[in-house]
This record gives sequence, C-alpha cells and structure tokens, in this order.
Amino acid sequence: MDWGTIINNTLAGLLTPTTIAFALAALGLAMHFGFAGLLNFGIAGFMAIGAYGYAISVLTFGFPWWGGMIVGIIGSILFAILLGVPTLRLRGDYLAIVTIAAAEIVRLLFLTTAFTDVTGSADGLFGYNNAGGFTSANPFPPGSYGWGPWTYNSETLWVLTFGLGVLAVCVWFLWALMRSPWGRVIKGIREDEEAIRALGKNVFAYKLQALIIGGIFGGMGGIIYAAFANVSPGVYVTSITFFIWTSLLLGGAATIWGPVIGAVIFWTLQAFLSNILPELALAGILPVSGTQAATLRFVLVGIGLMLLVIYRPQGIFGDKRELTFVK
Amino acid sequence: MSNNDSPIKSTGLHIGEAAPGCKKTDPMLIIDHVKKSFGGLTAVDVEHLEIPKNAITALIGPNGAGKTTLFNLLTGFDTPDTGEWAFLGTSLSGVPSYKVAQMGQVRTFQLTKALSLLTVLDNMKLGAKNQVGESIFRALFPRSWRKQDAEIELKAIELLKRFKLDTKQADFAASLSGGQRKLLEMARALMTDPVLVMLDEPMAGVNPALTQSLLGHVLDLKKEGMTVLFVEHDMHMVRHIADWVVVMAEGKVVAEGPPETVMNEQAVIDAYLGAHQDTDLGVVTGRISIIDQEKDK
Ligand SMILES: Nc1ncnc2c1ncn2[C@@H]1O[C@H](COP(=O)(O)OP(=O)(O)O)[C@@H](O)[C@H]1O
Ligand SMILES: [Mg+2]
Repeated sequence: MDWGTIINNTLAGLLTPTTIAFALAALGLAMHFGFAGLLNFGIAGFMAIGAYGYAISVLTFGFPWWGGMIVGIIGSILFAILLGVPTLRLRGDYLAIVTIAAAEIVRLLFLTTAFTDVTGSADGLFGYNNAGGFTSANPFPPGSYGWGPWTYNSETLWVLTFGLGVLAVCVWFLWALMRSPWGRVIKGIREDEEAIRALGKNVFAYKLQALIIGGIFGGMGGIIYAAFANVSPGVYVTSITFFIWTSLLLGGAATIWGPVIGAVIFWTLQAFLSNILPELALAGILPVSGTQAATLRFVLVGIGLMLLVIYRPQGIFGDKRELTFVK
Repeated sequence: MSNNDSPIKSTGLHIGEAAPGCKKTDPMLIIDHVKKSFGGLTAVDVEHLEIPKNAITALIGPNGAGKTTLFNLLTGFDTPDTGEWAFLGTSLSGVPSYKVAQMGQVRTFQLTKALSLLTVLDNMKLGAKNQVGESIFRALFPRSWRKQDAEIELKAIELLKRFKLDTKQADFAASLSGGQRKLLEMARALMTDPVLVMLDEPMAGVNPALTQSLLGHVLDLKKEGMTVLFVEHDMHMVRHIADWVVVMAEGKVVAEGPPETVMNEQAVIDAYLGAHQDTDLGVVTGRISIIDQEKDK
C-alpha cells in the first residue's frame, strides 16, 4: 500500500473548495436546526439555487460574476420565504417533509429537458466562471503556491481565498447574531415557541428570519462549490443533504465552529476512506472490487451518522446539555 | 413580604347581586358570548363575564370545566367559535397571542414552559419587552443594545432575588425542580411589565415550603397595581388570597362572588360533586372537607 499517497490525499482534504462549501451549508443548518430548531432536510435545494442562480444569471443574462452571486443569494432568500410562509405556522415535522420535497422539486426542475437552454439539463452548466469574469478577477499570478499536500495552482488558490473570506464573514455573522438578544429569542423558540409567544414575541417572523439567514449560508455554499466545479444537477441530491447533516452533527449543531470543523473532519475522512478502501480491496483485505470499495465509504457515512445521533447527539464540540434529540 | 398576616381583601368589586355574569365597578376584561367546542364537546360557553381591575380573581371548577381553554381563548392561543372580549376597552377578538402579551396581558401555562436549555437568567431576559437587540438588524450592532441589555439584566436579577432563584441564574432551567420552574415562569412573565397576570394552576406541583412564598408573590402583584386571574384547585389558597371567585363547570360560569360566600353555594358544591368520578380522589376529598367546613360555620 502506498501510505505516502494516502496520507497526502487525506491531508489535502483538510482544505479544499468542497470543504469550504460544505462548511457554509453546515453553518446554514446550524442556524436552522441547531439554534432555531427548524428541521430543514432541503439544504441541497438552497445550494442548488445558489449555484444555478449564479451560473444562469451569468450565462443567460450576462451578469458579472458578483452580480450572479448576488442573484444566487436572492434566490436562496426567496426559496426560504416560499418554504417558510406556508409551513412555519405548522408543527416542526411538516417543515422537514416540505423541505425534503421542495429540494427534490428544485433539482428536478434544473434536470428536466424543458429548460435545457437555460439550465443545461443533465449536462449542467459550465464556463460561467470565465464568462462572468470570476476567473480573471483572480489577484494571484499563475504559478504554484503552498507546500506538501496543500499545493495549489493560482485558480484553486483564488477560489480557496474567496471561499475562506465568505466563510469568515458568515461565521462572524452567525456569531454576532447568536450572542445578541435576537439569538436569545431564536434559542427560546427552539425550546418552546408557545412560551416565547406568551412573552410577546412574533415567533413566525423570527422563524422566517432564521430560515432566510440559514438559507443564505446554504446558497453561499452552493455558489462557492460552483466557483470551483461545474454546476451539475447530479450534485444536489438528497444524499448531499445528509452529508451536510453528518458534518453538522459531527461538530455540534448548536455551536458556531462545530459545523465548520465538522465539515473539515467529514471531508478529510472521506478523502482518507476513498483512498484507503480501494487500496485495501487491491491488497485483498476487503473482499470487494475497487469501485465497490469506493462506494463503501458512503455506507460508512450512514453508519457514522446513526452512531453519532445515538451516542453523541451534541457533536464533538457541543455541550451535552445544550442539544440532545431526547428531551 | 408579609406572608402570614391575613391579606387585605378588595371589596365592592361588583354592582348589584353577586351572580354569574354580574357587572363590576371597574372591569379589566369583559367577555361576551365566548363559545368553543371540540367536536361535539362544548369546552367553553361563557355568556358574560367581567374580571375586576386591581384585584385577585380565582377561576375554579372541576377538571375539564374549561378553565385552561378559556385562558387559551382570552390570550389568543386558541380561537373561539363565536364571541368577543375586550381588554381595557380594546377588543381582542382575532388579535394574535404575541400582540395580546405586548398589550400587557401575560399568562403562564398549566404545564410549565421553562425554556430548559437556556439559563435561568436568559429565561428571564427573554421576558423583557421592546428590546432593541431583538431586531435582526440592530442585533449586529451591540452598541445599540448593550446598555438596555444590562438594565434588563439588573431587573431580572432583582426579580430572581425576590423569587429566591438568584443563586440559580447561571444554571440551565432544565436543572430546576418543578416548583422552581413554576416560580421561574411567573417571574419571567413579570419581566414583561404586565397589567393583567393570568396564572394557570401556579401551585400545582409546588412543594408546601414554596407555596407560602408563591402566595406572597401573588399578593405582591396586587399591591403593585396589577390584576391577577388565576386557576387553582387548592381551596385554602383561593380563600386566603382571592378577592373574587368565578366558578366554572362544563364550560359555563355557574357562580361568582367573594370567596367567603361563593364556596357555600349549592351550584358550586354540585359542580364539584358532579365531577367527583373523574377527578383525583385526594383532591376531591380535600375540597369537600373545605366546603363542609364552610357549611358548618
Ligand atoms: N385541544 C383540545 N381538543 C379536544 N378537546 C379538548 C382540547 N382542549 C381541551 N379539551 C377538552 O375541553 C374540556 C375543557 O378542558 P380544559 O379547559 O383543559 O379544562 P380545565 O382546565 O378546566 O381542567 C375538557 O373536556 C377537555 O378534554
Ligand atoms: Mg386546566
């Protein structure tokens, strides 16, 4: 086994545009679920809308890259309102059902051939980073940067820098909100919304605000993902939602840094497993083929998610008392 | 606080004879034709009821009489099939619960709603009204809310001291005992600077040691100019602190009057005896003995 490559690839997983995109989406879920108690199982839909909003407005409407990104964010806000207005007055589980269905509808709308001219259908969209000028906005001259596993060309470095900047702003934003009296109301709603209503707070408005803020983070996650890769409908599937849930629960749902660190751990682990499992299969230790071994990691993710929820629902960084599923 | 002295009762609250639906000299809440059914069951059917201002009114009646449902209707937590009611002259029909609370009519719940995973202090601070930092935009600028938040904290700590919960302020509310949670819920309600405080079974599950101080707190509310409407099964408490008693049975107001007289009325005794089968025997026997004592006098 080539341990050198395995370790190198694993360490590289610590910092990639994908990790940053997932950290952003997990941060959105932290706002939704960890702090406000809103069960959103449609975070993939928010990411898709962010990504497509960016790509479509550049390719179809000729927006500059930053204009496209703003459209992506506005799209996420509208999606949050669309989901929230009919469901937030209902019991929490309804939101879960509606979000999971809505995310699928969004994905299928982008996938259907009816709008191929705009959405690219199954092929997705590409070339928007060049067309919108995101690539040429790169301040780093061509070359190789960093060292060891963290060696990047200037394009990747630009996406990483941009993504980290966005992530930093979002982390600050969430932190600033959650330490404020607004955050106190949000946590109160998570605990018992009737009690909060009895104290004279407009619970519906607060829940909608929380849904929008988390939705913006999710949309930003989609945009950062799109700034690095192509936009493809095959990405925004329900399993992505569960990867993000795993990242969130891994780090701790009701924490600021938990989702970020959870995403890092998740993708580092993914990188490790996707490297070591095929090697183990090759070496005859695992009785499966190389491709089967690579998919085995998703099975492991599922098992990991279950174990986490059962044995450590508060995550690695959460306070045991602050968030448990069994109340 | 003078818990052991007999509290000063407010009198002259009503006009004319003390009968169901009688007029009050200075009503705070006026209820008309409020009706609510669940399926075939009429839970509340109140023709007319006035709650006197700056007095302590007890709402009593056997389990299932519709007391909690009436509370829910009056505070906007449930909508009646018909009827209207006014709080200080303002109609509250169709007004959402949070606005009712903002107007100064605050309630607590029969099943205590402590915000378990918030600290006791945060529970309290949530009660304060008109907080600048509760607006999402201002929240981002601590300079706009720090000062107000500090004032709210002082007020919360003052109240916690009164309720003997100040040593618990940093603990999660989940760690409090059932009785302490009742106290916390009441203290939190007071943070809203209410005009009318509606307490749904404030003494249920509270141990005798705390009962005395809870009584004192309720009496203090009146002294501070607030109006109290509370649901209670403990007849000792009702007789001790209530200025006025409203008796409900099967959704209707069957009697009202000062505690000394109303508990002797045949309608009241019937209401309790009629509900005898489905209520907890211990509670019922307690009640009957009190009512019997009253009769013997
Ligand atoms: N949400 C509801 N759905 C159906 N029936 C209800 C509901 N709430 C209360 N009831 C019924 O209405 C009646 C009055 O209940 P409640 O107001 O809780 O009585 P109390 O507080 O006086 O004990 C009871 O018979 C109860 O079963
Ligand atoms: Mg009740």
